[in-house]
Amino acid sequence: MEQHHCRDLLESLSEYIDGNLGPELCLQIERHMAGCENCRVVVDTLRKTVYLYQSTQEPVKMPGEVRERLYRSLDLEQFLPDAS
Amino acid sequence: MTDDGTKSTPALERTEAFSLEALQQGDRIEFARLVEAYSDIIYRVVMRMLENTQDAEDVLQETFIKAFRGLKNFDGRSKLSTWLYRIATNEALMVLRRGHKDTVSIDEPFQEEEDLDEPRQIVDWCCMPEEELMTSEARRYLDHAIDSLSPSLRVVFVLRDLEGLSTAEAGEVLNLSETAVKTRLSRARLRLRESLSGYFGKTHRLQPVIREGDV
Repeated sequence: MEQHHCRDLLESLSEYIDGNLGPELCLQIERHMAGCENCRVVVDTLRKTVYLYQSTQEPVKMPGEVRERLYRSLDLEQFLPDAS
Repeated sequence: MTDDGTKSTPALERTEAFSLEALQQGDRIEFARLVEAYSDIIYRVVMRMLENTQDAEDVLQETFIKAFRGLKNFDGRSKLSTWLYRIATNEALMVLRRGHKDTVSIDEPFQEEEDLDEPRQIVDWCCMPEEELMTSEARRYLDHAIDSLSPSLRVVFVLRDLEGLSTAEAGEVLNLSETAVKTRLSRARLRLRESLSGYFGKTHRLQPVIREGDV
């Protein structure tokens, strides 16, 4: 019975950590978590997973030569920002 | 988050200060402005999806070549930026699917492999010190975990969680309902959580929480 309930809630956890669920469903999840260590761990580690991805993103910069080749492939060399 | 670490303002919210009329008449100056405004963003998105500089460069070029050809048929119903994202993500998905033997269709139906998985790794790593969660080896593992997502989950995760697009925006780019975006994002996040739990559990020898029925 309990495990069945865990699975039902699993569908909502992503929306829960984004704060997009209505108060009633939030309360239901929080009540469940208070008595279910497994789900509490899943929620905490799910939240941390998203946080880690968002906070450890290395900046992606387009290299200058990629830009040059892009402009060349589009026949736009004359508009290259650094072109004189 | 954006490159400079600020809370992301999706490209889709940028002011669309382009003359559609000029673009559709083949005005090179206006097209160069469009390329200048969006090439960095498109490159970043496709790099995040493909993790391969050569593939990303090919997709970047193909995106703007297709955009230039397709502009005359652009009906203006979506924003130019949404339309560019759509071309780029479609191109990147084709590259991913070429290397993903189980998938064939572009308008991929929701597949069996996207079914909701029961969490198996119940290891409480969330309160480990940040410096242990963010080592360079851990970062490499995070990238590896994204690579192991199927293309249809990966693209949603990249657009929503890495690029910061809203559910509605991601749905418009991918031609998916908001419900489908939410479902795929949920699957992607749960799978990544599962991978990271396995990784941190192993590297830090964490004891699994005992599940009901296991004893």
